Amino acid sequence: MANAALKRRRPKYLSLAALLFQIRLPLPGKVSILHRISGALLVFPLAAWLLYLLDQSLVSEEGFNHIRDHYLQSPLAKAGLLVFIWAYCHHFCAGIRFLLLDINQGIELQAARASAALVLVVSLALTAYFGYRLW
Amino acid sequence: MVNRVIVGAHYGMGSWLAQRVTAVIMAVYTLVLGFVLIEEGPFDYAEWQELFAGGWMRVATLLFAASLAWHAWVGMRDIWMDYVKPDALRLALQVLTVLLLAGYLGWAVQVLWR
Repeated sequence: MANAALKRRRPKYLSLAALLFQIRLPLPGKVSILHRISGALLVFPLAAWLLYLLDQSLVSEEGFNHIRDHYLQSPLAKAGLLVFIWAYCHHFCAGIRFLLLDINQGIELQAARASAALVLVVSLALTAYFGYRLW
Repeated sequence: MVNRVIVGAHYGMGSWLAQRVTAVIMAVYTLVLGFVLIEEGPFDYAEWQELFAGGWMRVATLLFAASLAWHAWVGMRDIWMDYVKPDALRLALQVLTVLLLAGYLGWAVQVLWR
């Protein structure tokens, strides 16, 4: 029974390590899981943080100046903004790709792979551009 | 004889569609606001406050915030349904998500209409 050895290893439970290092997701899969991760990050904590920044910057001139001249000058805040910018850009670009897929645009394998690569590249390029402007 | 379909198509179709419609609303808002920020910026306090005090801007931003809450609800519920198996824990997380998103919405209204 050649199948017996194989069968004994079923069902196969996936460890976190296997998910992270063993399974090689294709590019569209990477875009998809990053879309999910960036979406979760945007919901919490980034949306709360951005609302806090908007609140403080609008409440008074002191608040605005504090946010602009002190709060956002710290490396930690800038790193946070960079994470926000990447998450937003990735979620935005990947979201547009999914909307196009929903209306059957670019669903062939080659086109889907190319658009997935494009999403990753464009969102990283936008992050680099806005990050550059930030500093 | 009652002819009722218990399982089948279009359950969740409303949520699916709502997530896409709200996505388009937010995308348009993002492009417009991004354009304004890049074209008109950098802002001082008076200009910044004026930007968000405009009637259209308030309504558009509220529409964005409402879209965000709805969109994020569908997305977060998908995440909880996919990864959290114990019913009690999933329900708790879903309730927390609703409270968080409702809180964001209330906060956004406060920030916009002060």
